[in-house]
Formats: sequence, C-alpha cells, structure tokens
Amino acid sequence: MLAELGLAALWLAAGLAALQLLLSVPTVRGSVDGARTIRAVAVLQGILTLTAFAALLVVFARTDLSVALVFENSHSAKPFIYKVAGAWGNHEGSMLLWVTVLAVAGAVFAVLARRTGERTLIAALGAQAALGLGFYAFLLIASNPFARLNPAPLEGRGLNPLLQDPGLAFHPPTLYLGYVGLSIAFSLAVGALVTTEVDSRLARAMRPWVLGAWILLTLGITAGSYWAYYELGWGGYWFWDPVENASLMPWLAATALLHSINVLAARAALKAWTMMLAVLAFSMSMVGTFLVRSGVLTSVHAFAIDPERGTFLLALLAIYVGAAFVLFAVRAPRLREGAPFELVSRESGLVINNLLLTVILGIVFVGTLYPLFVEAITGEKLSVGAPYFNAVAGPLALLLAALVGVGPLLSWRRERRPVLRRLTIPALLGLTALVITIILVPHLAILPRLGFTVAAFLAAAAPLPLTVRNPLRAPLATWGMVVSHFGIAVALTGMAANGAFTSERLAVARPGQQLSVGPWLIAFDGVTPTAGKNFTALEAELRASRGEGAIILRPQTHYFSDPPMETSEAAIRTFWNGQLYTVVGREDPSGGWQLRLWWKPFVTLIWAGGALIAIGGALALLGRALGGWRRLRAHREPGWRERYI
Amino acid sequence: MSRAVRFAPLIVLAALLVGLVWRLATPVDTNVHSRLEGQPVPAFSLAPIVPGKPGLASADLASGRPRLVNVFASWCVPCVTEVGVLKQLQASGVTVDGIAVRDEPQALASFLARNGDPYERIGSDPQSSVQIDLGSSGVPESFIVDGRGIIRYQHIGPVEPSDVPMILAKLDAAK
Amino acid sequence: MRLALFLAAVALAAPVLADSNLPPAYWSNRQLPDARQEARAEALMQEIRCLVCQGQSIADSDAELAGDMRDLVRRRVAAGQSPAEVRNWLIQRYGSWISYRPTSDPAAWPLWLAPLVLLAAGAVLIRRRISTRRSA
Repeated sequence: MLAELGLAALWLAAGLAALQLLLSVPTVRGSVDGARTIRAVAVLQGILTLTAFAALLVVFARTDLSVALVFENSHSAKPFIYKVAGAWGNHEGSMLLWVTVLAVAGAVFAVLARRTGERTLIAALGAQAALGLGFYAFLLIASNPFARLNPAPLEGRGLNPLLQDPGLAFHPPTLYLGYVGLSIAFSLAVGALVTTEVDSRLARAMRPWVLGAWILLTLGITAGSYWAYYELGWGGYWFWDPVENASLMPWLAATALLHSINVLAARAALKAWTMMLAVLAFSMSMVGTFLVRSGVLTSVHAFAIDPERGTFLLALLAIYVGAAFVLFAVRAPRLREGAPFELVSRESGLVINNLLLTVILGIVFVGTLYPLFVEAITGEKLSVGAPYFNAVAGPLALLLAALVGVGPLLSWRRERRPVLRRLTIPALLGLTALVITIILVPHLAILPRLGFTVAAFLAAAAPLPLTVRNPLRAPLATWGMVVSHFGIAVALTGMAANGAFTSERLAVARPGQQLSVGPWLIAFDGVTPTAGKNFTALEAELRASRGEGAIILRPQTHYFSDPPMETSEAAIRTFWNGQLYTVVGREDPSGGWQLRLWWKPFVTLIWAGGALIAIGGALALLGRALGGWRRLRAHREPGWRERYI
Repeated sequence: MSRAVRFAPLIVLAALLVGLVWRLATPVDTNVHSRLEGQPVPAFSLAPIVPGKPGLASADLASGRPRLVNVFASWCVPCVTEVGVLKQLQASGVTVDGIAVRDEPQALASFLARNGDPYERIGSDPQSSVQIDLGSSGVPESFIVDGRGIIRYQHIGPVEPSDVPMILAKLDAAK
Repeated sequence: MRLALFLAAVALAAPVLADSNLPPAYWSNRQLPDARQEARAEALMQEIRCLVCQGQSIADSDAELAGDMRDLVRRRVAAGQSPAEVRNWLIQRYGSWISYRPTSDPAAWPLWLAPLVLLAAGAVLIRRRISTRRSA
C-alpha cells in the first residue's frame, strides 16, 4: 500500500511540475497573474516528492520484500541504519533522492526568495519545474523505485557487506544535496536570461543557494575521499577516476560561480560569465550522473551500467543543457557589461581566479573524456590517469592557491595601497618552507615541494584580511572566507606531506617478526580467527611502538558467505602527527602473512582542510543569513506576508 | 560578446553529445588485445606440468606448421567447456598446445582427466610471466602461431563451437 | 563519488572462487631490499593499469594478475632496467592503454596541448575585462 502511495505521490508531483511549467509561461509574459498559484504548486510538489521518498524509506525500513528494489538491495538481517541507507544505495532510490531534492529545493526557493524580481522568480520556478519533468519522466518510465514483485520473495539479495558502512549513510545524500542544490542556480540563471534581469540583486538571491550546495559538495567529496582511503586498503585518497572527476567538476564550477557571484553582487559586472557558470555547474552535475549510470566510462565506481537508461539521461542532458546554452547565446548580447576592471583590483583577482578554476575544470573534463574520443575517432585505446592530471592540473592549482593569498587583500575598483608589503611575512614563510624542504628532503619531487611552499605562504596570508580592522568586528562572511582559504593551505600541507613523507612497508612476516615503518617498530604477534555478526574473520595483532609505550592494532580480513566475498579492514590509528595504517593480507605457504604497513605523517590534514573549507563556507552562509534576517526585521515590508504566502 | 564566443558552448556540447552517442551505440570492448599480432612469439621455455606431456618452448612453435596455443588453467571455469571444442579442433588436425597459468600438477591432471585432453604440449606458467609476455590478459585465450613462429591471431575468451570455422580458416591462412 | 565505493568495494572484495590456488609471486607483496629501486618500482606500479580491474593501478589491486605484474616490475627494476624500459616493454605487449601516463604517441598530443589552448582561450576572453591602461 505504501509503495503505491509513494508512486501515486510521484505521479501527482510530476503532474504538478507540468502545471507549474505551463502556468509560468503566461505569468512571465504578464498575461496571467499566476504567481501565488505557482508558488503554491511548487510547495505542493516538494511535499509530494518528500512523501514519495518517505514511503521508500519506510518500505526499506520495514524490509518489504514485495517491492522489487527492497528485494534487490536489502536483507532482513541488515542493521536498521543500513536498511534505511539502502534506500538511496541503488540507482532508482538515488534517482528518487535526486528528484526529491530538486522539488524540495524548488519549494523552499518559492517560499523564501525575496530578493529576486517577481518575473525572474516565476521564470526560475518554471525552469525548475521543467528540470523536474524530465527526471520525473525518467523515474516513472525507466526507473520505477516502487515496482512490485509478485509473489514476494522470502529473503532479500542485498547483504553486500561493503555497503554497510557509515560512509554510505552520509556520502550520497550530502553529495546529492550539493549536486541538485545547484539546480536553483541553474534555474535562476535561466529565469534571469529569459527576463534579462541580470543584476546584483540576482547575484544576492543566488548566493545562498550556491554557497549551500557548494558546502555540501565540499563535505561530500571530502567524506568520499576519506571513505575510499580507509576502505580500499591501499592508502590512496584520490585516483582521478572518471566518477571521482565527475564529482569534482561540479565542485570546480560551483567554486568559480561562488566567486563570480561576488563580483556580480558587488559591481554588477561579469553578468554573462556568471550566468554561464551557473548553467555550467548544474550541467556538470547532470553530466556526472550520466557518466556514473550509463556505463560509458570504465570506472571502479560506476554502478547501474545500463545503456538504455544512459540514453534517456543523455537525452535529458541534451535538452536541458542545449536549451540553456541556446538561451545564453541569444540573450547574452542584451546584458550590459560595465567598464573594464583595473588590473590590480579585487575584481581582476576574481576574474583570474575564475580563469584558473575554469581551466582546471576544462583539463579534468578533457582528461576524463579524451580516451572516449580517441577511441571513437581512431579506434585506439589509451588511458589518462593520475600522472596526467597531477602534472597539468597540479601546477595550476598551486598557482591558484598562491593567488588566493593575494586576492582578498585587494580593494574593489582599484587597489592603491602597496599590497605586496603586507605579504612580506607570508612570502618569507613560504621561502623558509621551501628552504627547509630542500635541506631535509633533497630528493623530493617538485610538486610536493612547491605544495609546502605555497601552503606556508597561504596559511600566513589567509588571515590577513582580518587584520585590517578589529577582527572581532569583521563580518562573519569575512571570517568564513579566511577559514576556507586557510583550509586550502591545510589540505595542501596534508597532500604534500602524504606525497613526501609516507613510509611504506610491504612484507610477508611470520608471527614474532618485527618490522619497521617510519619511526615505528611493529611486532607481529600472529593471526587469530574471530567472527562477527555475519562473517568470519582473521585478525592480526600488531604491537606498534616508537619510543615508550605500545599500541595494539588489529587489522582483519573478513570472509562472508552470502555472497562469498572477502574484504579487508584496515586498522588505522591517528596521532597528532600522522596515521599508522595497517592491513593484513593472505597467508603465504611459507607460513608468513602478507602485511602492508604505512606511516603517513600529517595525512589527516587533507580531510581536516576539506572540513575547514566547508566550515568557512558555513560561516559565510550564516553571516549572510544573519545579515539578511537583521535587515528583514529592520525593514519589514508592509504586507509581505500577504504577498508571499 | 562575439558570436563565436556566444555559440562556443553549444559547439562543445554538440561535440560531447556526438561522442557520447557514439559510445552508447558502440558497446564497450573491455578486452585488452595483445599488440603482438604480426610479431614473433617472444622467446620462452616452460617446464612440463603433467607427467608424460612435454613442456612448451617458443622453439616448438616455429615448427613449420601453424599451431593453436591455448592459455588456460584448471581453475578457469569457461575452460571446462572450451576443452570440448579444442578436442574437436584437434580431431580436425589442429595441433593444440597449452600454457597452464598458475596451475598445480594434481589439479591440472584431474582437470584433463575429467574434461578431456586435446593438448600436445603443456607448459607451466606459475607466475603468469609468459602470459604477460604474450600480451594476454586473462584465461582462456588462444593464439594462432604460424609455422615461422609469428603470432597471427589472438582469440579472447573461450573458443565457442561457432568460432570453429573461423579458427580453421585462420589456421589455413597461416600456413 | 557516491556509490563510488559501491563497486570499488565490490571490485576489491575478491570473489573467492575465481582465483588460482597458487600463492602470489614472490615479489608481488614484498619490497625490494634497495630502497631507491623500490621507490622507482613503486612509482611505476602506480602508473600501470591493472588488466583485469575496472580502473586501478597494479599497485592498488588485489587481483592475481596485478600481483604477478608487480613481481615482474620489481624483478626487472632490480635487474637494472629503468622504469621507462619496463613501461615500454609492457606497452609493446598491451598498447598505450596499460599506461596511465599518456605516452609520447601522437594520439596523446592534444592532451598536452589542451591546457595551453584553454589558458590561451581564457586569456583572450578576459583581455577586454581587465584594462592594463594606467589611468591617472
């Protein structure tokens, strides 16, 4: 019953989306006064999709095996949290999540948007409804999450132990909120291009949405990287895998958009470029979801390899992105840009920031799709991986990170003061770091060496905007910027340290043997069998010490029977200056056991930096929200309740 | 903004769509093909693994007539049915040699006893070294080597009954 | 990156039946005694694509063939071959696909040109936005 309710809600929501779109057209033209209806319809659409998603969650929570999706992806013996998380751990469920976020974002936008002009708002809601329609169609026609099985089987198939991890519970919803949150920016851009009302008001309306989506994307990508790191058992955290790149591209576009919006808000400039970025960001989200689900690129991460569904998604992509690009091409001449910027000014700094970010985005895009195009044209197969991306995007990213230290110090319009003087200390610190690495690690590769240099510079330069006036009276948004930029330096330090100082020990050791990795002495005390809820395991006991005191680490190999599978659980211990990462492998006929041990100094800074970047964004969002709320309370427009609700 | 700039995104999108449509229409060939087709067999010498059956060396493959080299293993599931097809080929006069990848003598002996034995020689490749040397990436695979020791054709996956005429034709062409 | 881990995990959890019964080759999971050689071998292994996996290097893979390839790389580096020689040897057999580092093949030139083209295009686009005239 619940599944049918969910499906019905979905159909209704689709109908409402159609209504919302149809009504928006004459309303924008001015022939109909449908604003209030459209808003109400958007809210209703959000409620209905939320109902459908809730229905799916309940059906999974109850392990209702008469629903095909539950049968495929769940099992009565699964712990409760993973039963529920299983709802979005599959193609149909995650598509339903996508559509829910799309509709709910539209609903929240319809209720809360105050700063946008009315016509633009309605046009944006129409665009949002158009986006929804395609994805509703995809769900209802090609990926029905509520399909039934008759007769209902006795037990589910989905006890894959690898999906029973907190990472699964957290990572997809965060990323989806991010990807689909960018749809509001897309719709606003489309709406503004339709009405040609591209101005600073639009930028201020778009900013919280882009900021919110960007924060979630940052968190999602950081969490995903850490999940890969501890789950895959080889100590890597980023592989430039096509699906990873598919998540990075919307993030790069959103970061550029975030900065470009500031220029649009402050100077009513970069109009066309900001609109293009807003369209590009969500387009990248759509490209990403297409790549992951269509089987077009080989990836460890691709799931639901289904060319038929892929074709549907490709059609949606072509229609939405194509229409947006056509609209842009047609309307761009109507956007009036102002005078050029001074070379040394905040605006120019942001333009260069955007340039570098977009070039990096272009590089990731080209590198990811290049093998496909070469194969299409010449039939030859080649691979593009980390060596390419690190070599090409790495230096650009370092250049960008260095400029991040300079840009925020520049004034709007024209910087007259000597900014470089304020940067002497950071520059000296950077140079010191460089010299230290040359002395301590003479054979270091150039990229990690420059990474340390730039990180030291940026760490010192990032807080400088706060030192102009009393830091405690600086706006929260400025604190947010400082924290995020500092976070970049932190993450960069972690990446450089990981590349430079990681010690690795691979060995086949007998119980009683001692191995050294970095400053640690690790005694291998043997392997004992053990068992868990639905697996048997072999657990190695390692006693690690460096100086006084010993720590025990117990890496395990888990053996599952249903389906027969073997997984490796690394034992990781975090210290203030690094992580000890240990993995036990198979037994050797000689009586030894494969051991993989790493000492990774300061590796946690990578994800700490990512978290800081997101926190900075949250501070900025909070700051602007508080500012907006204060302004609202001070100047409450008479009759706003009547107008908006 | 010039027209070129305004329409550039559309052009990039169009190119992207063309590529993606091509990819969706042409199924991905996940097999990695050896690049040694047309090249001489690399020099190798593999010890015997089954009593009574000689091992395999590259010298044996330049014997003056074409041979079928089958890269297989007893733990390889599709090899079980492939052996039947190989026996059929052997019956048609084809000389079949085997390279047993990562195999043990007893396991291989019982595999041959259970499923049949079309091989004239079987070489033991316990660390996949000759498999890698040939540019093979999995089991089962078969190589047609001509009388002068040049690799003429690589067949990825088990030889199916429907492949038999094609294999015979290629062996004929390799004479 | 979502279910990034879904199949990453599935790929990495070896289904126990499809393997041979022989142990891994000697140098698959042991480091070379010479640290510099091991570093060179390790760096190369990170760039060689695993033949039977869906997109991993042989350094990060649990597959048997990947282990045998690691053994091969280490043996050859220990015997004095340079990483470039080993890479070329593998490319001769499997084609450029097996190298994650794009080769100097003409097919890979656009990859290296792309960043320059993008930077140049970007510079052209922004030249009107930023005025280098010094105003009074």
